[in-house]
Amino acid sequence: MNGLLIAAVGVLFLVLMALIYRVFMLVRVAKDVKEPNARDSRVGMSNKVNSILFIVFFFVLFTSIFAYGFSEKVKYILPEASSIHGIEIDFLFWLTTSVVFFVFIVTHILLFFFPYVYRYQEHKRATFIPHNNQLEIAWTIVPAIVLTALVVTGWTVWSDITKPAPEDALAIEVMGKQFNWQVRYGGKDGKIGKSNYMKTDGTNSMGMDFEADEANYDDFMYNELRLPKGRPVLLKIRSRDVLHSVFLPHFRVKMDAVPGMPTQFWFTPTKTAEDVKDELRAKDDPNAEAFEYRLACTEICGGSHFAMAMKVSVLEADEFQKWYDSEEAWASKNVDYLKEQGIKNIPSNLASK
Amino acid sequence: MADTTHQAGGQDVQELRYDVENHGFIHEEHHEDHEHHGNFWTNYIFSTDHKVIAKQFLFTAIFWALVGVGMSVIFRLQLGFPDADLSFLKPILGKWVDASGKLDKEFYLALVTMHGTIMVFFVLTAGLSGTFSNYLIPLQIGARDMASGFMNMLSYWLFAIAGVIMFYSLFIETGPASGGWVIYPPLSALPQAMPGSGLGMTLWLTSMAIFIVSTLLGGINYISTVINLRTRGMSFNRLPLTIWAFFITAIIGLLSFPVLFSAALLLIFDRSFGTSFFLSDIYIGGEALPNQGGSAILFQHLFWFLGHPEVYIVLLPALGISSEVIAANSRKPIFGYHAMILSIIGIAVLSFIVWAHHMFVTGMDPFLGTIFMFLTLIIAVPSAVKAFNYITTLWKGNLVFTPAMLFSIGLVSLFIVGGLTGIHLASAAIDIQLHDTYFVVAHFHLVMGSASFFGMLAGIYHWFPKMFGRMMDVKLGYFHFWTTFIGVYAIFFPMHFIGVAGFPRRYYSHTSFEPFGLFTDLNMFISTAAILTFVAQFVFIFNFFYSMFKGRLAPANPWKSNTLEWSTPRFPGHGNWVGAIPQVFRWPYDYSKPGAKDDFIPQHIPYSETPESNLPFEEKLATLEKQQKQEGIKIQKTPKAPTSESSKTDLDEGENV
Repeated sequence: MNGLLIAAVGVLFLVLMALIYRVFMLVRVAKDVKEPNARDSRVGMSNKVNSILFIVFFFVLFTSIFAYGFSEKVKYILPEASSIHGIEIDFLFWLTTSVVFFVFIVTHILLFFFPYVYRYQEHKRATFIPHNNQLEIAWTIVPAIVLTALVVTGWTVWSDITKPAPEDALAIEVMGKQFNWQVRYGGKDGKIGKSNYMKTDGTNSMGMDFEADEANYDDFMYNELRLPKGRPVLLKIRSRDVLHSVFLPHFRVKMDAVPGMPTQFWFTPTKTAEDVKDELRAKDDPNAEAFEYRLACTEICGGSHFAMAMKVSVLEADEFQKWYDSEEAWASKNVDYLKEQGIKNIPSNLASK
Repeated sequence: MADTTHQAGGQDVQELRYDVENHGFIHEEHHEDHEHHGNFWTNYIFSTDHKVIAKQFLFTAIFWALVGVGMSVIFRLQLGFPDADLSFLKPILGKWVDASGKLDKEFYLALVTMHGTIMVFFVLTAGLSGTFSNYLIPLQIGARDMASGFMNMLSYWLFAIAGVIMFYSLFIETGPASGGWVIYPPLSALPQAMPGSGLGMTLWLTSMAIFIVSTLLGGINYISTVINLRTRGMSFNRLPLTIWAFFITAIIGLLSFPVLFSAALLLIFDRSFGTSFFLSDIYIGGEALPNQGGSAILFQHLFWFLGHPEVYIVLLPALGISSEVIAANSRKPIFGYHAMILSIIGIAVLSFIVWAHHMFVTGMDPFLGTIFMFLTLIIAVPSAVKAFNYITTLWKGNLVFTPAMLFSIGLVSLFIVGGLTGIHLASAAIDIQLHDTYFVVAHFHLVMGSASFFGMLAGIYHWFPKMFGRMMDVKLGYFHFWTTFIGVYAIFFPMHFIGVAGFPRRYYSHTSFEPFGLFTDLNMFISTAAILTFVAQFVFIFNFFYSMFKGRLAPANPWKSNTLEWSTPRFPGHGNWVGAIPQVFRWPYDYSKPGAKDDFIPQHIPYSETPESNLPFEEKLATLEKQQKQEGIKIQKTPKAPTSESSKTDLDEGENV
């Protein structure tokens, strides 16, 4: 009933507006009939009003952007990266942003002030300038040079990030599936065993192929992504069903997880969550205590895409090693399963369990 | 209804006579007003008149724009007000709003997907090109109709069928396609992955396949019309920039849409016939699928080979429209006409070799990433040239702010702002952080979505008098522009901030997610702005339909514009010009020429009539015209022997007049 009432009021309101509009229009028509010469001028007062509105828009738009840009909020927008290459990306980002902001301001001063300066005037005539070669060459070459500078800088950073991972990098497998992440470490030998999607089932969720690769036996899985501080980490990324994407916003890491095509990304974490909290506390940030690293999915993967997250933590190197050594291998926790599957090459120390 | 008379209009371009009274070369042909002949069905529904077809595209596009933008309002409600009770939407959304008033999270994705599909393909491709290429190409190049009126009609009706199928898919049990408008497999290939990948996806693919056929039919028509049916004197050097833009757009579409078609076809095979083009090593729903050896990345390459040119298919017509509108309302030639053409061509060529910048973090070889980064940044140069040319056209002009002019200036602003953030995204290293975040959403909504939409609105305001013979209300137009302009910036500018912070796209909710939970107030602001901007569009809808019937009658040339369409009658019939098609003598941008009587000289005025304003090289042309005039009279007196059968019939017809 309320809905109907609101709809009725809405319709009445619209009818009223239409009527008012009609009256205004008829008044305008009547005026024209009365003073046929009043409209001889091509434009009316509104031409000037519109031209001034561009200038108003310019100041209001930029003031609000500046106001927001210098507000408290901005420190959350791109907080200092927690990885070595992340610092480079941020540098590149701010470099590009400043160039772009400069161009934005200059072009918009021209674009939003010309309307007022050159608004229609009865006695004036536009200047007939079809083209100007010097000017056109200049504004072709200058952007070309600036862009070349940007692209070369960007290229050096990009090739630095994508070069092969260092030998001593810690390999961690990250597998996406609807709708969570699974993480596997290489165990004692540091090697991540081969997997075969045909071996996947409810228990062996990552499809470890024990018969094909004995390196699987000491691998262990963990329910968060733990990273050592200051040591290169190589994420070996894959997906078990649809596309996913590994996104570690604080580390400036992103790489798609593709079924049938393993991908990778290496980086070096530089700060523990506690380090970041300390920095925030030093600035009296109210959100300091709540801070934590997260792994998010950034490739649409189904209904719960938005909830496909995992906790990420960075541990001091020695602390990390202690934890790493103390973790029990997946195989040793699931010996019965392995036996059930009739796997033949179970190591004797496990088989006797 | 392929009538021979207007087709002959194309063929008899060679056959000219000089009409002494009209002071111009004319096509000697008999023209009838066909509106008198057909019935309601042939005149308004299955019409072959390009003007009627253009209007059909326009009305359909307005319908789809309301649906598409309406969807975005619903998901903005979810994003801005995650705790709100959406029960009031139950009458529209039915079971997709649950008992507690929450939007279904699968349906949220369906809305996002459909919003993208509808806006990109149905509104900004079919709506923009379909309306304005159809309407303006024959009128501005001086042709009676499109090269094939029948194919043109077919193009619209295939689009309509595609639309019906897509619309139907909104109401099926499992919901419409919901894997994002890019429909990446395996998500879109496997019904187990999400309900929307079932029947909804099948309908999506069917609809798109038909849509592509429609686009190709339209495109072939636009291209052949521009090449073959230009009136005498309308060389490529004298084509208005609108036509250049539509022409190049059609070529891009013709070369890229078939690739999407092939991708869709392969996907249909993967979905229904057990092939493995895009599928490999998949364990889903408790079973390992037998598909092996396919590549999900292959689909992305195929998709973006269309997908990136598509950006320019959407954008170039809008840029073409704004070139025309800005020049006419600055009362000044468009600055750097040839540079504008070259940059359109440059953008078109480059648009085919930048597609993989959408794929920097898909696991593609980083070296390929480097190549595409370089190529992508090159495309910024012709785009910059266009932006500077627009600004310089305003410089020293005598600007008249019609609503169309305001929207065109708005377009330039959005084009610059959106284009500049493209420089961030083109840089592969920065893209690592920004890819698939709201920064990308902000970027393409400004540069492609809003800019093209502004171009479309500018076009509607500018050519409404020609389309319907009446004027739209100016004051309402001003209101519409300023609310929309402010609204668009209020919606999309803050998204940059959220995006840099890492907020991913296509997230149903972000409040549970620590790094992204800090921007609730900004999201609320964006959603409020989106709702207000949507409401403001109804002012335009009102203005549009009201003016169509009750608007003030339009003068013959309301904007004092140079192009040929304003030389037609107020309500042009099928065939456009009563009597002869005017001949063209000059480029379309002779505005405010020094010495000229008025501040514009239409294209069909010969140089010999404007000695006071001719430039030195134009004096030579004027002399040439006089010579041709002499010869023309001679031809009239002694008709040449017909060389071919077609010209013979034309001559016969000519003598009957």
